[in-house]
Amino acid sequence: MIVIKVENLSKQYRLGVVSSKTLAADVNRFLAKVRGKEDPMMTVGVENRLNTVDGDYIWALKDINFEVNEGEVLGIVGKNGAGKSTILKILSKVTAPTTGSVKIKGRIASLLEVGTGFHPELTGKENIFLNGAILGMTKAEIRRKFDEIVEFSGVGKYIDTPVKRYSSGMYVRLAFAVAAHLEPEILIVDEVLAVGDAEFQKKVLGKMKDVSKQGRTVLFVSHNMVAVKSLCTKGILLENGMIKEQDLIGPIIDSYLNQFAGKGIINNEWTKSNAPGTDIIKVKSAYVEFKGSHITVNTPFNIITEFWCEEEGFPVNVSMVLWDKNQNCVFNISTENIELEKGLHKATFNIPEQLMNDGYYYVQNYFVTNSTPHFIHNEANAFEIIDDRDNTDWYGKWIGAVRPNFVKTELL
Amino acid sequence: MKMKGEDKYWTEVILPKKGNFDLRLHELWHFKDLLSLLVRRDFVSVYKQTVLGPAWYFIQPLLTTLMMWVVFSKIAHISTDSLPPVLFYLIGNIAWSYFAACLNKTSNTFIANAGIFGKVYFPRLIIPLSTVVSSLFAFFTQLILFAGFLIYYVYQGFDFHVNIGLLVIPYFIFLMALLGLGMGIIISSLTTKYRDLSFLLVFGVQLYMYITPVIYPVSSISVELRKYILLNPMTSVIEGFRYAFLGKGMLDFGQIIYTTVFSIVVLLIGVLIFNKVERNFMDTV
Repeated sequence: MIVIKVENLSKQYRLGVVSSKTLAADVNRFLAKVRGKEDPMMTVGVENRLNTVDGDYIWALKDINFEVNEGEVLGIVGKNGAGKSTILKILSKVTAPTTGSVKIKGRIASLLEVGTGFHPELTGKENIFLNGAILGMTKAEIRRKFDEIVEFSGVGKYIDTPVKRYSSGMYVRLAFAVAAHLEPEILIVDEVLAVGDAEFQKKVLGKMKDVSKQGRTVLFVSHNMVAVKSLCTKGILLENGMIKEQDLIGPIIDSYLNQFAGKGIINNEWTKSNAPGTDIIKVKSAYVEFKGSHITVNTPFNIITEFWCEEEGFPVNVSMVLWDKNQNCVFNISTENIELEKGLHKATFNIPEQLMNDGYYYVQNYFVTNSTPHFIHNEANAFEIIDDRDNTDWYGKWIGAVRPNFVKTELL
Repeated sequence: MKMKGEDKYWTEVILPKKGNFDLRLHELWHFKDLLSLLVRRDFVSVYKQTVLGPAWYFIQPLLTTLMMWVVFSKIAHISTDSLPPVLFYLIGNIAWSYFAACLNKTSNTFIANAGIFGKVYFPRLIIPLSTVVSSLFAFFTQLILFAGFLIYYVYQGFDFHVNIGLLVIPYFIFLMALLGLGMGIIISSLTTKYRDLSFLLVFGVQLYMYITPVIYPVSSISVELRKYILLNPMTSVIEGFRYAFLGKGMLDFGQIIYTTVFSIVVLLIGVLIFNKVERNFMDTV
């Protein structure tokens, strides 16, 4: 059953100073125009673009079409400025579309901000009622859920104190507690996670998970890909106000990260004339090899370095040292020692999946001969590993240099 | 291609344009709890934030009346229709204060609440409506003060009769709210684009008081000028208040009808402009 249908939705904003904010100034400009004089409000050096049709307007959204079915959790992702919040604002009726239509079946509740309408002089209890009413609940509803809300917020004995006395953590927990008990058919959440500590974020996401388990529809905008992956079933990728892609959430996240792909991976290659190394060992390339567009913690990949050996029978083993961005050594692995023929050789290090933690890493290669380093190639190449977690309740940064998933554990 | 019964399927359809007179009253009703909570909030915040609390509701009309008595009656000898000056000015002040409060606070709706309006949807008219209701608290408190003075003067020999005017008082209150709301909405919609209008408003309302018979009775105006004063919709209301409580003044039903029609027209224009502005004001405020 379709619960949201968006057709040809567009939103246009006028750039620059539309009116000069005061009647006197506008009249002034009008008179100047009529007299054929220069616009007194025009910034120096800029062509007066305020009278042209194009270049004056931007389309924050253009021709957006999508449908949401009941029970789906839709993730809307995209770079900053792609138009995600604009869609949510239109759906929440905070601003109107320029063209197109949005059809909704069911009650919508929007969380664009936590604690909307909270008044500092009122107590926690009074604010629960006020905020709840602003969000669309009736007094009877609020009364019914009051105890649950207080319990969820953990504010407890402070409920009769004016909220201006609350710490920011309490404030945000109380505000979210109200919103969390809205019970709408459709819930819209915009980056509420950006506010609050890790514990709060966990609570927010836990609640959203409950909501979706109850079969309600959720629209979620966030930059936290772990949260998006965990909660959402389908996704929309926005770019410059248009839908770039609509799909299941997995491919959408891939595409989103793709926009940054390659930027986190630095592979290097040299010609024989400018290759780093010595007269005997010259490095041709240092790179990572893997399937797909980016490396996640679940992707097995190879760290490879290719090099020329100029001396026949030169004994070499390649020892790779992996460094993280804080200049901690992650580990050091060596190949076996071989007497090399003259020519091109390749050293490969197979890194299995679910060993590495997410983060940025630098590769340093030692070319060792007879247990003595012959040539040390610093910062041979660099790469980024991206987090990828399923079914967790925790969305913070996993600590540790490595994250070996094959460690057997037992709890009795 | 529209499916059969499609209109009944959707709870809500959001379109670029909305009907101009679409008041969406059923939506206002759904948010009635919010209205009462906002009124409560206004009341509580005045009460809690000031040292004297609701005592301020008394001080303002008392001081104004005192000043008027000294300046306009004692010094300038402006007629008070042979009524005790204190009663004359006080009742005019109290009534005018309510109207001015409705007008001033409603005019500031969009700007004062841009924060909330940008984050959550509820019928924007709820805010001006809550202002009109919460201003009644000050009004009724001041009426009690007036009653106190009236009793004192009756005791001193003032001739007080209950007359038909008292029955019209509730209607006068309603008219003031209507007019204040309507004018306030118009100004509020304009100030989203032109902030300087809000400066004009403050002293505009003060000037408006001078062309309303608050400090003087209509009877003291010469006949040629009287027709201009009667063009002012607030004239019949203020005069009506004086007639009801003090027995002297103008209670002209023709004028009252004029005020009613004027207020309704202003309100309709206000709603028209408001509807046009509210959907996109967040983009320009």
